[in-house]
Amino acid sequence: MLTNPLTKNIGAEDAAPDLEAYRNNDGYRGWLRALKMPPEDLIDLVQKAGLRGRGGAGFNTGLKWSFVPKDRQAHPIRYLVCNADEMEPGTFKDRLLMERDPHLLLEGMAIAAHAIGATSAYIFIRGEYHLATQRLETAIAELNDAGLLAPETTGADQTLRIYLHRSSGNYICGEETALLNALEGKRAIPRAKPPYPQVSGLWGRPTVVNNVETLCNLPHLLLHGADWYRKLGHGEDAGTKLFGASGKVNNPGLWELPMGTTVREIIEQHAGGLKAGLTLRGFLPGGGSTDFLGPEHLDLPMDYDAIGKAGSRLGTGTITVLDEATCPVGLVLNLTRFFARESCGWCTPCRDGLPWVVEILQRIESGAGEIDDLELLRQHTSRMGPGNTFCALAPGAAEPIQSALKLFEQDFIDHIRGGSCPFH
Amino acid sequence: MEEQQLPEFHRIPVRQEGEAPQLSAEEINEIDEERSHYECDGAAGLEALRIVQRKRGWISDESLRAVSAYLGIAEAELEGLATYYQLLFRSPPGTEVIQLCKSSSCWILGCEQLQADIIEELGIGPGETSTDGIFTLLENPCLGACDRAPVLLMNGELHTHLSGEKLRALLAEKRRRHADQSTD
Repeated sequence: MLTNPLTKNIGAEDAAPDLEAYRNNDGYRGWLRALKMPPEDLIDLVQKAGLRGRGGAGFNTGLKWSFVPKDRQAHPIRYLVCNADEMEPGTFKDRLLMERDPHLLLEGMAIAAHAIGATSAYIFIRGEYHLATQRLETAIAELNDAGLLAPETTGADQTLRIYLHRSSGNYICGEETALLNALEGKRAIPRAKPPYPQVSGLWGRPTVVNNVETLCNLPHLLLHGADWYRKLGHGEDAGTKLFGASGKVNNPGLWELPMGTTVREIIEQHAGGLKAGLTLRGFLPGGGSTDFLGPEHLDLPMDYDAIGKAGSRLGTGTITVLDEATCPVGLVLNLTRFFARESCGWCTPCRDGLPWVVEILQRIESGAGEIDDLELLRQHTSRMGPGNTFCALAPGAAEPIQSALKLFEQDFIDHIRGGSCPFH
Repeated sequence: MEEQQLPEFHRIPVRQEGEAPQLSAEEINEIDEERSHYECDGAAGLEALRIVQRKRGWISDESLRAVSAYLGIAEAELEGLATYYQLLFRSPPGTEVIQLCKSSSCWILGCEQLQADIIEELGIGPGETSTDGIFTLLENPCLGACDRAPVLLMNGELHTHLSGEKLRALLAEKRRRHADQSTD
């Protein structure tokens, strides 16, 4: 049985299969199967398969779809949006899927569009992803030229239109309601929820926003079934995932592995361990907005709940490795600078809190910090926490800070007591 | 799809007719194509700014007014977009825009040193353009190539596994190319 559904078409060569090659390799068969199913059955299948959102939040995809109003007469226009705004620091997985197998994403989108009854779909892609944009453009043109999205194939009333929207930048565009504002041509500022986009999204229409990798899971899930999909995972979670590792490891990269693969296997086996002479100090399991975990967590399975119970989040599943020769305070400062700059400015804890935290961290890193600063930092992380802000940006920014204060507290103290950065 | 009217305040003309700067036929074609992708015309404003910048390198006051006049979107609203989004430029960048990745992975692998090298080589910090008008340096949050860190993007081209040496060679090559062009 197939064990690498996400990467089976990805070879060593930096090229993408064209429509013909993709179709010759089971391509668009999952979609044709989905078209024969009533949307409710399709939603049910995906929900039962246990596919969870790969953008970071890990919400059950079928369940997300099920919130779209069923009454098609009352809601004739619905939208599907693919979130391809990969911008989380340390994350590089969607790029691979879009550059190397664009038709897999398009097939996934066609399946999702059928499930929710959308006839227009947008791919919201980062402005910096030039090659991925180019390859997706080519693949969309191939599909349209072949007439595959026309009513004759889909049985729908209208042709499914898939459009590329190139983002003009900003991390916050990856937040789904901010993304919808950007698509509407506005400043990308998050919206209050509820209403959720599934009920009132793009131009007030029912809208589903799914991550690239989530959508890429659909074609084979449809072709091989929910049982097969569930069994791909090693632990609690179903399916496979693109896991990655970067930092000072011997073989930084990206690998499709079963959900529930241990952190140790990813770092030691696939990434080849840390570079000579270095030892592991900690790691961010899935991007810059996840809490640091330590060497004691190496045997944890990369599952949403297992990583959650350890006090962090699986996030995007691309691990950033911190070695013991790299300054944790400096790394947290780098991350917080990023979040401070990317704040949309809408709410106070984020707009004003983050630059303040940057100032404190800068002070500590340069050796001018005071011991009271640690308490101040802790206060800030709780003020920026969930429930105090419009969206998840500031709570996400707080995660590496609050966990670094626990795991690497002595480093902060050494900076303050020593009056300089011990790593310089 | 059903037609939707924009609220009236979006349609206030900002310049008298005849006075408005013009968009080229090519720009208008592209904007109209993008506009046809959306239910509501308002979405075209952001797309139009992106298109105009691609043709002209940046968004001047004249370009902004031309887009405003063509789409009937208030200048202030477009200004709000142009100053919000990082990849829209309200002042002219150099011909080579360097987007240096400042993500956590690139930081671990030495992007601060690369930035110091660029400052030393070109005399420009983030957000600045070299006096010869060739290079502009911008910091990028994460270029999504952490497995090949440290990286930078220069005019759409990704340069990976950078070292100080590799960076200097790259800058020297770009400089040479520009010198050759100016003596042609």
